This record gives sequence, C-alpha cells and structure tokens, in this order.
Amino acid sequence: MTNYHTATVAELSHALHSKKVSSVELTRHFLDRIAAHDRRLNSFITVTTEQALAAAAEADRRIAAGQAGPLTGIPLAQKDIFCTEGVRTSCASRMLDNFIAPYDATTVQRLNAAGMVMLGKTNMDEFAMGSSNETSYYGPVRNPWDLDRVPGGSSGGSAAAVAARLAPIATGTDTGGSIRQPAALCGLTGLKPTYGLVSRYGMIAFASSLDQAGPIAQSAEDAALLLQALAGFDPRDSTSLDRHLPDYRAALDNSDNTSPLVGVRIGVPQEYFGDGLSKGVHDAIAAAIAAYRKLGAETVDITLPNTRYAVPAYYVVAPAECSSNLSRFDGVRFGHRCQDAVDLMDLYKRSRGEGFGAEVKRRIMVGTYVLSAGYYDAYYLQAQKVRRLISDDFRRVFDGQQVDVILGPTAPTTAFRLNDKTSDPLAMYLSDIYTIAVNLAGLPALSMPVRPVEGLPVGLQLIGNYFSEAQLLNVAHQYQRVTTWHRQIPQAYAK
Amino acid sequence: MTLEHTDVERIAHLARLQISGDEIPAYQNSLSAILALVGELKLADVGQVLPMAHPLDVAQRLRPDVVSEADQRDRFLAIAPHSEAGLYLVPKVIE
Repeated sequence: MTNYHTATVAELSHALHSKKVSSVELTRHFLDRIAAHDRRLNSFITVTTEQALAAAAEADRRIAAGQAGPLTGIPLAQKDIFCTEGVRTSCASRMLDNFIAPYDATTVQRLNAAGMVMLGKTNMDEFAMGSSNETSYYGPVRNPWDLDRVPGGSSGGSAAAVAARLAPIATGTDTGGSIRQPAALCGLTGLKPTYGLVSRYGMIAFASSLDQAGPIAQSAEDAALLLQALAGFDPRDSTSLDRHLPDYRAALDNSDNTSPLVGVRIGVPQEYFGDGLSKGVHDAIAAAIAAYRKLGAETVDITLPNTRYAVPAYYVVAPAECSSNLSRFDGVRFGHRCQDAVDLMDLYKRSRGEGFGAEVKRRIMVGTYVLSAGYYDAYYLQAQKVRRLISDDFRRVFDGQQVDVILGPTAPTTAFRLNDKTSDPLAMYLSDIYTIAVNLAGLPALSMPVRPVEGLPVGLQLIGNYFSEAQLLNVAHQYQRVTTWHRQIPQAYAK
Repeated sequence: MTLEHTDVERIAHLARLQISGDEIPAYQNSLSAILALVGELKLADVGQVLPMAHPLDVAQRLRPDVVSEADQRDRFLAIAPHSEAGLYLVPKVIE
C-alpha cells in the first residue's frame, strides 16, 4: 500500500480528484492504521468503521459525478465533544458514557456536507478540562513522539491521532489553549479562530464565552482548508457572527518572491520570554524569529503588561461558566443516573458525584464558590474587568503599534511525562500560560512546529487581530514553505 | 484564602455534588490553592474599566418569535435514564 498517511490533506485532495486513489481506499488505509497503532496511543474513544466506509463510498460517487469539493472523501477524526447523531458523544466523561446525541453539531453537519469521512471520535480531557489528556474517563492518550509523555490537552486524542497519522486531519476545541497546546506538544499546526467564527451549536459547552472549535492539521494549508468548511454563520448559535469570509487557501501566497513577508510587522512580547520558559523552547523560537526576518518581516519588541493576570482571570471565568453549563447534567434527562435514589437531591448529588471526575468536580466547585452570594463582585466581576485590561493590551499592540502578528512560544516546555503534573492542578494550569490570554480576548491564534528539542516538538504561537485568520495562516505558510519541521513524523509511525 | 472542611461541604452541596468525607481534605487543599491564585486579581488596577462580557462587545441577536423547531419529544425521551408515558421519571417529590 502506498504511504497515503505521509501526505497532507491538500495532497490527498489532489490524489482523490485526479483519481489516483479512492476515498474508500484512503479510509481503509487509515482505519487499518488505527487498528494497528491505537491500542497503545488510545487516541480514539470510538471508531466508526461502518459509517466511515459508507461515507467514503458516497464521497467516491460525488467525485465520480464531478460534485466534489476540496475536502470530499478526506478522512477526519472528530473530537468527542461534538455531538454526532447516532454515534456516542462521551466528552470523555462517565457522565456521558451512554449518551447518543439525537442531532449533529453544526460543525459535524458542515463537514459531512463537505463530504468528509469521519473515522471516529477522539479522546480528550473530560469535558475539555485539562492540559494533558489525563482526566479522560477512558484513560490517558500517549504522545506518538514519546509514549511516556502526554500529548497535551484537552484535544490530546485529536493531536496524537494526526501526529501518528492515524488520521490526516482532526477537529479540536480551544477554551484556554486546548487546540494550540496539544498541537505544539505533538508537532502539528492547530488554529483557534476568532470567537464567533465557528458555530458552537452541538459542541458540548465548557466555558461559553471562551470556547471555539478549529482544525488540528499537518500544515497551515490543511488548516486553511478545514477552517473554510468549519467557519460560517449559524442562527442556532447566538454568538455566531454573520460576516463575509475570505477564501483562506487562496490567501496563501505561493509566488516565487523570496521575501514574501516584507511589510509584515511581527510583535515579540517580552512577557512571553520570562521565567518559566525552558531554554530549549526559547532558543527554538529565537531561531524561528531569525527565519522570519530572512523572509522579510520586521520584528518589534512589544509589551502585554497584564499577561500576569491571564491565568487568574481565566480560573474565575472558565470555572464560573463551567459550573453553570454543567448544571444541566442532573441524572434526569440524559447521561449517567445513580441507582436507587431516595429523593431528588440524592439523585442529583450522587448522579453528578459518580458521573464527573475529580478535575471536573474541582472546577464546578471553584465556579460555584466564585459565583456564590457575597463573592460575585470580588471574583467574577473583577475577572471580567481584568479581561478587558488583557484585551486592551492586545488592542494597543494591533491598532496602536500597527503590529500584524504577535509571535511567541505556545507552551513553556516540550511534552511533559505522564503523571508529572496530575497531583498538582496549579502546575498543570500554568502549562497554558501563553495561550489563555487569547481566549479571554477572543482573538485568533495558531501553533505550528519549529525546530524540535531533544526529539520533541516545539510549538510557535502566532496571534492575530480579530478575523485575521487568512493573514495568520499565510504567515505560518511562508515559514512552512522554507522549512520541513511540519513534515516530520515520529519514526514508529512513518512507515 | 484557606477553606475549612465545612466550606467544602457547603460548596459541594450548592454544586449538587456528592463528595465523600475522605475526599474533602484533598479538595480543601486544591481549592484553597486555586483561590489563592485567583486572589492575585485583587492587585490589578481596574480603575473605571467596564467588565467585558463578550470579546467583541456585540449585542445579543434576536430572532422572530415563531416556532422554528420540530417536535422531537420521542427522540429526547429515548435517551432519558427513565421515562414513561411521555414523561421523565424522578423520585417522588411530593409526599
């Protein structure tokens, strides 16, 4: 069998349209790889073999009939946070172990309509709360680059699946870094879009004012292709934004210009290079900055003075919204229900106590506390004010200093070892120190691989102004045109 | 900010979470540590800054007040833990 798994989505799309391969062949190839490798990686919670083969056959009919788009027939892994009609949607929680959604999320509908072939649902931190994929009810996911290390989280299954090329591309969701941090730790290109660009309908809610879905891909070009299909107005999501969208792939500059980034101003924030950043990551990012200068970009030192408040503000806003969102899991209408409840209070408490894992309970309790009578002003209101300070920091840089893109590390270290941080929630929270401010401000940002450190991937983060996804992807694409880090595959999965 | 044993019990009750007695000390520690972390927000100089509820400060969109959803009662009841005669079943609420 040809090594289809070493090809990007853009390349596979070309192969499908030129009839060099069928979607059924591709789908079988990736299903075989899942069967061969995933027992160890644990990146999928559910594999949908039959549905995938049926969808692939339908995609082949569309391609034959000349009714195909660029993603028709491309296999895909869906994070198990998106509701899929007729297929279990667990959110990696015991609470939803038995939950079969009665409808599709809008993103699932859109990708199905594009003709994509869902291979299955990927593992994740329970209800997307975690940064290492170790809070999953279905067990941890392992990082394909080193099986003793975490893939990051919460979209750890999606990242591990694409890193091991068990799927050519995947969806993720990002509330505080859950697309970018696992993309960084697994050597992938992951994009969190502007808040409101991708519909949240049918995406199980964690913190509604922060959650966004986006692609986890092998390249900026692939991320552009998937973003095109994901983005768009949805009347079913009250925060969805109705605006004209660019052609993201067409916005990638493929000209012969050797200085394609002349005129682009890249801001380098001093706060993202302080204590806590490992030397290896620091040096890899510094080398990438030098590469950007060679591409013609101008780099300017900037400051985001309220960065230190991002993690504290997040751990008020996110738990507060989580405690409210997760109040729907009551043991009555769907999900886990305890045995032999004596009264309604007992039913609620034991169903929730048994159904949720420790980290989810912890965050629900933090949220309950900060929203309780007498504490609202001190915590939640203060956090919402600090959120504006953080947002204003970015506004000053983008609008005041005419910076196009902010560049820094995605995570302070490379992938850490399993169980390294499970006993210390705060140490875990700090692995999202560079990603959280972006969610609080609602900005788009991506992570892409740069030079690895000791065989482990390093992620570079690019943050853009609102709705600047096309430019962000192009800035990443220019780097990927002159480097090959994004084409590296862990040796055990290259064959 | 250090939480007492009874604080954790009260929060767990408000959150409708059954927490066993031997789990409480661990939650006491981790919740206290998290509250100490978020306590740093007090140091931020927010002056006259307005709280931010939405990243783009857009207003809630309204739609015409007409029925737009089909009746899916049977499909929703099918995934309920216990239902009967088109109703959700819960333990007796009124004696």
